[in-house]
Amino acid sequence: MDHFPTNWGRPKYDGFDTNATYPFHDHGHNQSAAFAGATQHTQQPIVTGTSVLAIKYKDGIMMAADNLASYGSLARFKGVQRLHPIGDYTVVGASGDMSDFQYLQHVLDGLVISEEINAQDGHTLGPAEIHEYLSQVMYSRRSKMNPLWNSLLVGGVKDGQRFLAYVDLLGVTYFASTLATGYGAYIAQPLLRKAVEGRENTLTEPEARGILEEALRVLFYRDARSINQYQIATITANGVDISGSLKLETAWGFAEGIRGYGSQTQ
Amino acid sequence: MFRNTYDSDNTVFSPQGRLHQVEYALEAVKQGSAAVGLRSNTHAILLALKRSSGELASYQQKMFRIDDHVGIAIAGLTSDARVLSNFMRQQAMGSKMVFNRPIPVNRLVSAIADKAQVNTQEYGRRPYGVGFLVIGLDHTGPHLYEFSPSGTSFEYFAVSIGARSQSAKTYLEKHFESFADCSLEDLIRHGLHALRETLQQDKELTTNNTSIGILGLSGVHESAGTSVNFRILEGPPIEPYLQSMQPKEVPPPSSASVPPPTSGDEDVQMSE
Amino acid sequence: MPDMSAIVNPQQRQFNPYAENGGTILAIAGADFTVIAGDTRQSEGYSIQTRYAPKVFHLTDRAVLAVNGFAADGNMFVKKVKQRLEWYRHAHAKDMPLRAIARLIQTMLYAQRFFPYYVYNILGGIEEDGTGAVYSFDPVGSYEREACRAAGAAQSLVQPFLDNQIYFKNQTPAQGSSHPAHLPLPDVLSIVIDSFTSATERHIEVGDGLEMYIVLAKGRTLPDAVTTLRPQELPSSAGDGERVFVLKRDLKKD
Repeated sequence: MDHFPTNWGRPKYDGFDTNATYPFHDHGHNQSAAFAGATQHTQQPIVTGTSVLAIKYKDGIMMAADNLASYGSLARFKGVQRLHPIGDYTVVGASGDMSDFQYLQHVLDGLVISEEINAQDGHTLGPAEIHEYLSQVMYSRRSKMNPLWNSLLVGGVKDGQRFLAYVDLLGVTYFASTLATGYGAYIAQPLLRKAVEGRENTLTEPEARGILEEALRVLFYRDARSINQYQIATITANGVDISGSLKLETAWGFAEGIRGYGSQTQ
Repeated sequence: MFRNTYDSDNTVFSPQGRLHQVEYALEAVKQGSAAVGLRSNTHAILLALKRSSGELASYQQKMFRIDDHVGIAIAGLTSDARVLSNFMRQQAMGSKMVFNRPIPVNRLVSAIADKAQVNTQEYGRRPYGVGFLVIGLDHTGPHLYEFSPSGTSFEYFAVSIGARSQSAKTYLEKHFESFADCSLEDLIRHGLHALRETLQQDKELTTNNTSIGILGLSGVHESAGTSVNFRILEGPPIEPYLQSMQPKEVPPPSSASVPPPTSGDEDVQMSE
Repeated sequence: MPDMSAIVNPQQRQFNPYAENGGTILAIAGADFTVIAGDTRQSEGYSIQTRYAPKVFHLTDRAVLAVNGFAADGNMFVKKVKQRLEWYRHAHAKDMPLRAIARLIQTMLYAQRFFPYYVYNILGGIEEDGTGAVYSFDPVGSYEREACRAAGAAQSLVQPFLDNQIYFKNQTPAQGSSHPAHLPLPDVLSIVIDSFTSATERHIEVGDGLEMYIVLAKGRTLPDAVTTLRPQELPSSAGDGERVFVLKRDLKKD
């Protein structure tokens, strides 16, 4: 082992994550020249957040993300909020590079100040406008070959309309009634689709919360870059509410009965 | 035409605290043919009188489409209007590109007002020689604004600009309380009556010299679908609206339609 | 002895600004109509990102554009084309003719020759002479007018089928008869639907939904066989010009 934490191991198989939203494990070997260039463009994320999940339900949008920001395989920051409210109707949830996300928060907060606080004319930004703006920012940065290394979910309710959409470091966008970024796209998304599709207009808030908690639990069991502390945001006609840090209830008793790993032989 | 010490530069105040170049720009608006704007709870409309330089010449353009939800009528220098309307179109498209949202009308009007203000303060520039009536539709309903070269903008129930626009204003002020619940046809009829007030003695409104701009659901005389988008009616399609006009009341002698003399012209003599 | 090859040949992984988002598009021109269609699945790798992301866009009363490839480039490209058409409307107070839109698209694509829009475009509609037309493009702007074209993930499945059904390749007409120059609209729609159900069956990136746009020449009406499918008519700017209809179908979601 060396003293470069990003070299401290991650799955060698990188076919599952072609955009490398996880930290890059094998650096080039001429690291001393890494900062020699005049400008540096982000080539890999450093401190990363894992999956964000979101679903539509009867009263609006519910979004969830855990509180971990990893430094390679090191669980570096354990109290990070990855759900950020923008204006009165929108929440943006981020996975990928946390410093890029903090920059985006700064940009979006500035946008709300210039568009809403300064104008004060009743024309406010809803989730659709925030998402379009974010898409333009992400796409223009990728077109400069200097991407903001995130996958983002934008959810909200305005004028009685629910809105839920995705945008990532390439500027790719899409809309669906259940969305999941990162590892969650593989592990949580099938669970969410099964639980939500066709029931978007009948799911109650406790039901929606239960679905997301269950998906987070499965992710915590399977995703090595996750943690059992999380937050849930609800966006309804009444506005945005982001919970405090919550603890996932997990059970490990079954581990006793598992055979076939490590030194256990029977 | 004018004799004055303080009017050669727009950055210099007169001893009375006035900017004469700006006032001359406002005069350019008054020289233009009239435009009238009014709105109901459901519609905003513009009406304008087109001039032609001769029997064999075409009529000048008085209205421009900015976006599906914004249109303008102009009075003054058409070339300045084209520059400003182009700017408005850019702003409107920028809003579509960045937020995928129609630009809020008040912000569009503020943007051109701010642009015009710069020209009243910076050295080496001249004010725009054109005034706009801007109609727009957004989620709060139809709107009508006036923009002037002095860099101001105001929202109105009904207003007019251009030559003899005071006569149209007098008509609008007399009737505006009934506009809110008007049908589109009644609103246009009021607009035509107001516009008629600005005509010279021997002239009348015809399908050639009248433009009508409409925002809001199409009326009974229109063929095109159920669109609320801005459209300009000219030529034969406005015939039914002209037909609907009431004969003009003969004003009693020395009525209020003569504009009151402007006050405070101490250091300017304006000739007609 | 440590492996020195990595030092001799330093490995650099560069940010890849492109993705491939699957799906298939197709257009067929008739004598006085054009059908432009696309599925609505958007995917990356083995993941379905969404089951509804439109790839076919209504541009004017007589032009419809289908875009396939990298979704972010596709959406941006359509947005920019629409803005150019709006400026044309401002300048000329009419819609841009189809062949002019085709040339505009080639110019816009070629302008990005060295950082291309990774998209395959198919433009369909009605020409000024009233005929149905299809223009197909490669990502850097090469284009030609054709009678039909398929593009995207299932191009290799669909295009041979169209060659056979539209161009009558490998078919010999019966003695004393000849192949028709153009097929009627109901036949074309059947071919489009069959193309997509087949592509859905055999290609994992095709499915979920099908959107078919029908552009009808001035003065033409839909045949009864099509009216019964209940297509939705899109609003047009002039009442008496070309007309655009949309037909939506479900495709298998597996």
